[in-house]
Amino acid sequence: MAAITTTPRQKAGWGVANFVVIALALIPVLWMASLSFKTPAAILDPSFIPAQWTWGNYDQILSTSQFIRPLINSIGIGLISTLIAVVLASMAAYAVARLRFPGKSALIGMALLIAIFPQIALITPMFNIERALGLFNTWPGLIIPYVAFGLPLGIYTLSAFFREIPWELEKAAKVDGATPFQAFMRVIAPLAAPGMVTTAILVFLACWNDFLFAISFTSTLSSRTAPAAIEYFSGSSQFTVPTGPIAAAACVITIPIIVFVLFFQRRIVAGLTSGAVKG
Amino acid sequence: MSTSTEVAAGTEAEQAPKKGKPQLSEGARAERRLGWMLCAPAVIVMLAVTGYPLIYAIYLSLERYNLELPQDIKFVGLSNYAAVLSSPYWWQALKVTAVITVFSVAITLVLGMLLAMIMYRTLFGRGTVRTAALIPYGIVTVAAAYGWQYAWTPSQGYLSAAFNNSAPLTSEYKAIAVIILAEIWKTTPFMGLLLLAGLSLVPEDLQKAAKVDGATAWQRFTKITLPLMKPAILVALLFRTLDSFRIFDNIYILTDGANNTGSVSLLGYDNLFNALNLGIGSTISILIFICVAIIAILFIKGFGTAAPGTNTGTR
Repeated sequence: MAAITTTPRQKAGWGVANFVVIALALIPVLWMASLSFKTPAAILDPSFIPAQWTWGNYDQILSTSQFIRPLINSIGIGLISTLIAVVLASMAAYAVARLRFPGKSALIGMALLIAIFPQIALITPMFNIERALGLFNTWPGLIIPYVAFGLPLGIYTLSAFFREIPWELEKAAKVDGATPFQAFMRVIAPLAAPGMVTTAILVFLACWNDFLFAISFTSTLSSRTAPAAIEYFSGSSQFTVPTGPIAAAACVITIPIIVFVLFFQRRIVAGLTSGAVKG
Repeated sequence: MSTSTEVAAGTEAEQAPKKGKPQLSEGARAERRLGWMLCAPAVIVMLAVTGYPLIYAIYLSLERYNLELPQDIKFVGLSNYAAVLSSPYWWQALKVTAVITVFSVAITLVLGMLLAMIMYRTLFGRGTVRTAALIPYGIVTVAAAYGWQYAWTPSQGYLSAAFNNSAPLTSEYKAIAVIILAEIWKTTPFMGLLLLAGLSLVPEDLQKAAKVDGATAWQRFTKITLPLMKPAILVALLFRTLDSFRIFDNIYILTDGANNTGSVSLLGYDNLFNALNLGIGSTISILIFICVAIIAILFIKGFGTAAPGTNTGTR
């Protein structure tokens, strides 16, 4: 990027381009935020900025278990799934990046197959299997599929990161008498931490985002996650659509994403692009 | 589940010529064992959650199985497939899915390329642009879908108001257009990031040399950037196409399939949870799986898309 001379006109052009991207990305989110602050009367006013502002919608959703409980489910299920997926994916990615063993390309092919697998194809059989095993409408009932679908993402991203690690250190540790397992845990794992954080964020976002499994494998508040729970919001009377509360709930589940993106933008971009470059 | 041996069987042939008849050293054998041990848990989970249910779905698809009539479960061969494939609902859903996939992926490719260029070349504020672009990628699809739904609701939404108080979600084609719009907004950043990765592999020197030789920006883009990015573009297209073909969340919230706007995924979901028909639901599942497999094979064999990871041995 160095040494390219820039004219003020170019600068202005890129400024406009930047502005357009930022505006297109943010307007739908700001609209949602605006809806969530509108009073029930103002909901029926299509203006972008609320005429009267209120916290009422947030009060309403945050004072009932209808939303709090699913929020807890979403956080708990997301964190547990992410933890398991990252640990299992790290092990597999280490093997892929470092070890020579027959079956490596079969593993990678399998991860690719699952990355493109149509989740809907699993809904019917999994529904029946989960009912038979007593997993239906439980946390593990969602954690297991989330881990399975987080793994391909994790294996790809992590094996890309693991290839960048200076592995001479591992050899040095082995010379000093460490077993391959010790070399993995003591030397490589700390070096791999940044890649693992990135992977964890990507996997958590995927779990947080899921809707299809969440509405299919849950039936009550005990395990329903937030995106699915919003579906079941009811208005103050049978005939009112709970637009304000839905908008408020949508904003609440968007907050963690905005936080992640603000703090980890570089990592997320690196994670998403690293897996793809190999193609 | 004897996972490691199953996995091993597939690639024995590739390994053999390199080493001859393997007389493995102790170290190499330990390395193999460690490799399998480290991969086993991931392989078991992935097989248990996708492989086994898929086989079970094939079995269910050959049965008459309605949850409301549990005493009437019966092996019926391929008649579920005959029922689905002769049903106008399946073909309508497939048509809608195909239209949404083709338009959203094509438009996303163009916009994603523009976004990648901006993220790569912009002179200032690169971090801000990337951060902003990641928001649609990260946002919960359902949350965004409600935003679009209200925005297009007459006398309530700013977009509806801007278009003469129109109600696009109540007519087939306009509703599909809104669904495509929601898909494009959500997935362009992902496409942009995948293309950004490809873009950063195009050597800057080539661009400069072409510029010195008098190539216009457009010529440099079509003659240098695009050909060099072809692998990245094909991988991005493969992922986006298969992802778009599975579309469910946006349609569920925006129209719930009203006015013939349902996708194949929505049809499968409705057959399970509204019609409670496991047999037909499984049949639809298998047919969707076959469609996805056909798309993937077309890309990989037809366009020569390098499946990500297949060349890891060389890196």
